[in-house]
Amino acid sequence: MVENTTHSEPSGDDIRPPKASIGVIGWLRANLFDGWLNSVLTLVTLFVLWKTIPPFFRWAFVDSLWFTDGAVCRDAPGACWSAVTTNLRFIIFGFFPYELQWRPLLAMLILFFLLFYSRDRTHWNKYLAYGWVIGLFLMGLFMKGGLFGLTPVDSTQWGGLPLTLLLSVFGLTAAYPLGVILALGRQSSMPAVKYLCIIYIELIRGVPLISLLFMGSIIFPLFLPEGITINSILRAQVAIILFTAAYIAEVVRGGLQGMSQGQYEAADSLGLNYVLTMRLVILPQALKIVIPPTVSILISAFKDTSLVVIIALFDLLKTSQTVLSNPEWMGFSREVYLFVAILYFLGCFSMSNYSRRLERELDRGY
Amino acid sequence: MTIADAEKVPFYLNPKVRAVFFQIGVLCMVGLLAWYLVSNTLTNLERQNIASGFGFIQKEAAFEIGESLISYGSADTYGRALFVGVLNTLKVSLIGIIATVILGTIVGVARLSSNWLVSRLSKIYIEVMQDVPVLLQLFFWYAIFYESLPSPRQALNPVAGVFLCNRGVAVAIPEAHPAHAYILSTLVIAIVAVFFLRRWAKTRQEQTGKYFPVFRVGLGLILGLPTLAWVAFGSPTAMDVPVLQGFNFTGGMTLSPEFIALLLGLVLYTAAFVAEVVRAGIQSVSKGQQEAAMAIGLRPNLVLNLVILPQALRVIIPPLTSQMLNLTKNSSLAVAIGYPDFVSVANTTMNQTGQSIEGVALIMLVYLMFSLSTSAFMNWYNKRARLVER
Repeated sequence: MVENTTHSEPSGDDIRPPKASIGVIGWLRANLFDGWLNSVLTLVTLFVLWKTIPPFFRWAFVDSLWFTDGAVCRDAPGACWSAVTTNLRFIIFGFFPYELQWRPLLAMLILFFLLFYSRDRTHWNKYLAYGWVIGLFLMGLFMKGGLFGLTPVDSTQWGGLPLTLLLSVFGLTAAYPLGVILALGRQSSMPAVKYLCIIYIELIRGVPLISLLFMGSIIFPLFLPEGITINSILRAQVAIILFTAAYIAEVVRGGLQGMSQGQYEAADSLGLNYVLTMRLVILPQALKIVIPPTVSILISAFKDTSLVVIIALFDLLKTSQTVLSNPEWMGFSREVYLFVAILYFLGCFSMSNYSRRLERELDRGY
Repeated sequence: MTIADAEKVPFYLNPKVRAVFFQIGVLCMVGLLAWYLVSNTLTNLERQNIASGFGFIQKEAAFEIGESLISYGSADTYGRALFVGVLNTLKVSLIGIIATVILGTIVGVARLSSNWLVSRLSKIYIEVMQDVPVLLQLFFWYAIFYESLPSPRQALNPVAGVFLCNRGVAVAIPEAHPAHAYILSTLVIAIVAVFFLRRWAKTRQEQTGKYFPVFRVGLGLILGLPTLAWVAFGSPTAMDVPVLQGFNFTGGMTLSPEFIALLLGLVLYTAAFVAEVVRAGIQSVSKGQQEAAMAIGLRPNLVLNLVILPQALRVIIPPLTSQMLNLTKNSSLAVAIGYPDFVSVANTTMNQTGQSIEGVALIMLVYLMFSLSTSAFMNWYNKRARLVER
């Protein structure tokens, strides 16, 4: 005890670090003006920012017009956000009947709620899965109508953000099991199954999505017997599913290869057959490892749905292009495209943030 | 249980027999599906009176292509038109890949900079570019080009010999002169010579320990030989400057707005992914490697060349190649903004001839060839760069 008191730190007048290495000045010195090269870099960057940010801010907020018609906008020096605000409902919902647009809105709200609720891993259980099935059914019902006194809406009238979300959500839900089966097939010891899966995966991954979309929109009708037609949204959906499944298969294969041989042997020694081994031992572990890369596949699938513009489906990008082809709003591409870009950015950014958080959580688990 | 009992397992429970039957079943199902689709397709084609086969390739195309690396007119065949498309795809991909690697490396290194501002800005760049669909970016740049730039009559002239207008960018190039062929060939000779010089210097250093300044001598060769050729053939300086004639520029080299928008969109988008690849590669080399290399007395450039880069590149090259392939595949989006790449030309061909199956098959075949050759390169590289463990 005596020793402790004699060696205790002097409390009142201990020597503080020099002022230049702590606080704001210290931070600036360490992070921005650390040596002459960094100082020059900082100054150049600041100069560039000073040259670009204020004019952009002026254009977007100070000189901008928000709720006018197109003619007024022509002479304005700033951004014409009216092009977005006036046509907002068309950009979001496309040609969906105007008075029925609460239905896609409700469908999207259900989707957002489900996504938000599924964020927390402690909520992942059987009931959530049932919730998703019911939710997806309700979304389909609200879009399509025809039951419970809802006016039926033909799928050719679907468009905008609901279509984009529909293509990506249903695309991934259907592609995921297919991808898992393909990955298992690729790992199989049966040569015929293995090579069929390898050929499928490599073929699909080697070609651009647009060639599959062309196939869906042009060739697919030829595959079907006479008299049977499938609407164009479903054909694009099939192409997206086939495409995404190959990528998911590769991600899942990574997870399967990460399993140690001991897991298989342990399952064998318990007397489990192939299906039970996979269902109870291998897949639960393997799929958990690959959650983060699966989320990045989801992000690219979400971005890739924009390609359906090329086969003339009215997704978010196409509705905004339609607005821009209206003579009143022609020439305001920057504003409209920026708005659409912000929507996509919000979607992808929240997903990638979530994937990063999940990666940290799963890391801590082992 | 004895071995004799085990042999009595009925044949339908024998895993080997089961596997054979299962495979036969799968093959039959795939075969049946294929037969069903093919027979449907054949009846449909017959009903619509569409002749199948690749005979159309020999026929006259009768459509113009905006830009082409080889001479092409509407009287040429579909085959030649498709070849023009392949060349255009290769052109935009090659230029795009080079620009992407440069920009991506800069952003990736900036992401690791100790400068807070620079590192933050590159993080924002990476996030924003990765999270906006590339097709939207293409539309955006194309629209900016069309709406913001003046007509050819009021073309912007930022630097002498460069004109910016909504019809494209016109750049002055050196006027055709016989010396150019010689300059190019001396450049090729110099590059080959430097390659062999490097090998010779490396072998000599391994055997005798004597150092040879390959970089300085090589740079001198590559810059010096073409300059000598230029001087020897009368040092031509005449420039072919673009001139406004009627509604557009003639002379010089003109880059179309479609090409520029496509290139800009692809490069800015892919560079964000390449930057992440480069960052991961640099971070994968532990700091101890650099310290160890400095401790045995290597100079900083040798530390980078002999220790850091070989290890970082092993991590960087495979995902980098797949990004390059992505860029090539994404260049097919050119069809949306009207740049005549292969998909765009094939699309026009399909619309004119009705040969949709052949057209889509050709598109897939060409891109498969790109990706197969890339993966062949990857296998070769992986074999070469594999860690030799002792």
